[in-house]
Amino acid sequence: MERTSASRDLILMVVFTAAVLSMPIWLAPIGAGYPDLLQKFAIFGIFAIGFNILFGLTGYLSFGHAAFLGVGSYTAVWTFKLVSMNILPAIIFSIILAGLFALAIGYVSLRRTGIYFSILTLAFAQMAYNLAYSVLTPITNGETGLRVLRDDPRILDRVLGIEPGDVLPTPELFGLRTIGYEGFYICAVFLIIAFFIALKITRSPFGLALRGIKSNQSRMNYAGFNTRPYTLAAFVISGMFAGLAGALMAVTDPLAGAERMQWTASGEIVLMTILGGAGTLIGPILGAGIIKYSENIFSAFNEQNLHQAFSFLPDPVQDAAVSIASMFVGEGWHLTLGIIFMLIVIFLPGGVMEGFGRIVKWTRKPPAPRATQEVRTAG
Amino acid sequence: MDNVVLHVDDVFKSFGGLHALSDIDLQVTEGRTHAIIGPNGAGKSTLLNVCVGRLRPDSGAVVFDGQILTGRPPHEINQLGVVRVFQTPEIFPDLSVLDNVVIPAIAKRDGAFAIDLRQSMYSERSLTEKAMVAIEDVGLQDHAHQEAASLSRGDKRRLELAMGLVQDPRLLLLDEPTAGMSRLDTNRTIDLLQKFKERGMTKVIIEHDMHVVFSLADKVTVLAQGRIIAEGTPDEVRGDPAVQEAYLGGVHE
Amino acid sequence: MDALVLQLLNGLDKGGAYALIALGLTLVFGTLGVVNFAHGALFMLGAFCAVAVQQLLTLSAQVKDPSVTFFEAFKEVPYLEIWFGDAGTAIIAWSLPLSILIAIPVMLLIGWAMERGLIRFFYKRSHAEQILVTFGLAIVLQEIIRIWFGANPIPVAAPPIVSGSADIGDWLGLGPGVVYPWWRLIYFLFSAIILAAVFGFLQFTTYGMVVRAGMRDRDTVGLLGINIQRRFTAVFGIAAVVAGLAGLMYTPIVPPNYSIGMDFLVLSFVVVVVGGMGSLGGAVVAGFLLGILQSFASMNEVKAIFPGIDQIIIYLVAVIILLVRPRGLMGRAGVMES
Repeated sequence: MERTSASRDLILMVVFTAAVLSMPIWLAPIGAGYPDLLQKFAIFGIFAIGFNILFGLTGYLSFGHAAFLGVGSYTAVWTFKLVSMNILPAIIFSIILAGLFALAIGYVSLRRTGIYFSILTLAFAQMAYNLAYSVLTPITNGETGLRVLRDDPRILDRVLGIEPGDVLPTPELFGLRTIGYEGFYICAVFLIIAFFIALKITRSPFGLALRGIKSNQSRMNYAGFNTRPYTLAAFVISGMFAGLAGALMAVTDPLAGAERMQWTASGEIVLMTILGGAGTLIGPILGAGIIKYSENIFSAFNEQNLHQAFSFLPDPVQDAAVSIASMFVGEGWHLTLGIIFMLIVIFLPGGVMEGFGRIVKWTRKPPAPRATQEVRTAG
Repeated sequence: MDNVVLHVDDVFKSFGGLHALSDIDLQVTEGRTHAIIGPNGAGKSTLLNVCVGRLRPDSGAVVFDGQILTGRPPHEINQLGVVRVFQTPEIFPDLSVLDNVVIPAIAKRDGAFAIDLRQSMYSERSLTEKAMVAIEDVGLQDHAHQEAASLSRGDKRRLELAMGLVQDPRLLLLDEPTAGMSRLDTNRTIDLLQKFKERGMTKVIIEHDMHVVFSLADKVTVLAQGRIIAEGTPDEVRGDPAVQEAYLGGVHE
Repeated sequence: MDALVLQLLNGLDKGGAYALIALGLTLVFGTLGVVNFAHGALFMLGAFCAVAVQQLLTLSAQVKDPSVTFFEAFKEVPYLEIWFGDAGTAIIAWSLPLSILIAIPVMLLIGWAMERGLIRFFYKRSHAEQILVTFGLAIVLQEIIRIWFGANPIPVAAPPIVSGSADIGDWLGLGPGVVYPWWRLIYFLFSAIILAAVFGFLQFTTYGMVVRAGMRDRDTVGLLGINIQRRFTAVFGIAAVVAGLAGLMYTPIVPPNYSIGMDFLVLSFVVVVVGGMGSLGGAVVAGFLLGILQSFASMNEVKAIFPGIDQIIIYLVAVIILLVRPRGLMGRAGVMES
């Protein structure tokens, strides 16, 4: 029994790795095989995995996680400016700094539970966002956003004798570019590592303790657990994942703006996690993928495409169809998102993963004897 | 040599103007089963809550094995080996029965806080086996992989008991362990608790059911209106006129 | 001193808006036990009632402009002016107060539809799920508005008679030259009147008494054979109207766009928490208090000492309150604590 479960995890890990690395191939037929979108899948996948450790496992709904994403991005760009264009220092510093921020905010916020915790995290994130736009402009460059300049100091690069050329330097990993497919594969490797860590956490006694906290926190205390460090650890880990995601955003596009920290961004990560299935391993990554993919598809539509799509219809009907459909695509993508999200919460609170589960159950269900079926319809 | 393991020392507790506990002085001897009985509202549950740190007494202290329990957070009290079994089942409803029992076992082994990602729960055989033993002790082995929320009320109470037993507590506090159980289940629980008594576990039982008290207890303390009115062996207490008046006589069942 | 008084006044209108939204949030939470993230959207919908009425009244026809003689010029003239002349002009000028008459039934209808169509299915579900589904609803509502009215803020004019500034310096004995926009004064008065009306309703009518009793102990009141649910549905309608009117009257102060509701919602939640979850009085007090604090924090003298304090003051207060006194200024202990 135990051995099969452990080997099943190994299979899961192998399949996941293979699936991620081959994404450019199997996502090509649905038009998602190009690097920019693939990078987004990987980056938001990491963000969602991390958020799920806090929300899905431990049961704390943070409405301010985008703050750590922003911290990660700013730190990465500053590292590009001050230390090196090599992405490794940037990523390491981002994770550390995001972790420290999470430690401070988590230490305070976790003194409360439930909606109070949500509001506290929201308040901290809004403070970070507002400050990034106002007094912290010297650090964040305000609305323009922080970017890499040609004549930044870059101490480590100088020491190593890498002189700034005439062009704007771009991030690199020991000579490897970070855009295009190379960029995707860099993100993919981090996604796989992140998934592996999340799997380890979920399966460990620590992960079981986190689930216990989600289920009944006060009972955990009476069972001998000091729950505060557990929740704080979960918070910091998920903050570090967010920091990594933010750093990778800067790696693939060395620019950081405060809008990344806005509470709508925090809301988005909640949506992704719920949509995929909070508390499951794969769900949050699926949710991130589905939302980023649909965003891409839906927002690309315009009236011309729609007229083409509905061209088989007679003219007046076509016009009506186009004007209705155009509400949901392009700029109206958020409307679609809101509706999908509501439907998920109402009918499928376990997200897509619950949907899969139901389908599997339904197909595997042995044909029930007549009598019980009758009873069921009667009841 | 009788070794006093739990000493409730001069505890007072009042809510508003109501004296829930006054002048409680209680000594529990190691390896014994000590029953606390008394009519409703006598302060039994308050006393238990004071012992596990859920309530802070106004004055006095609870000392366990030389350590003052009063004012400590619940997890520290648990880590000292004082485990409480709740009257209304406090379980992890969305986890499996096995996980429900494994979780306290983790706390017993790893302490109040530990992060170790090297081990997966699949390879934690000793924990799982220990939990299964406790589950079998309470007779839930057929339900081990079921979600705990789906258990019947009686089974939830037995699960609660297993969650306490798996920690091999030095002192087990039981809050009406058989309330609401059928006679058959009650007898099974009594047998189970007697089995643990043979292993030398100290127990404090709060109980209504005289049958349980007299089959298990070595010593009985009778509370009424927040005070101790009698203490002694079951037979001594049974014969005490003050007890009969305050408790046995008052019930008229 | 003048500056302080002005900042105090500045805080009052914003505080009024916070108080009105927070009051509705608290009512809904207290009666229905639902954390409604779509409450800000109601504020926004109310504001767009005013926009819609204004746009409707100023529907225009192309009319030849007689003042231009050397070529054929056209100008837009509202139908109302064509049909009714000066009376039509007057109606347009008073479109904002007129829109109140429209907004009340519209908001009631929206509130009723929201409660019956969605919220009631979430009474028994977790607070997290309530937050999530109403968050989704808020997105849907604001996107509908964006599709219809566009993303840019749309200015709404107050009636011309109150469009100027009041010479409050004279009234308050501060000397001449201290002026304050009429409409902001009106907004403060308006919010005070609405608050008084809601509190009066809850305090002095049997209906309100049942609602208050239900907020304290729903089960007992239910046992008395009173249909709590129907009354609570009505409470949701009232909260919707209050939020809507708060938004509608705010339009001359800040031109509304589709996302104004969310901006106010986040702040209002903070207000509710500061005031104390479930406490109506707390919501109002905290609303005004935070509005005034925010306005003081934006004074240059204060900003010189604490840079950026105006951006974070409300959140900072919320954090401190939550940590020091988690039940808020006037809340009962233990509400939604676990």
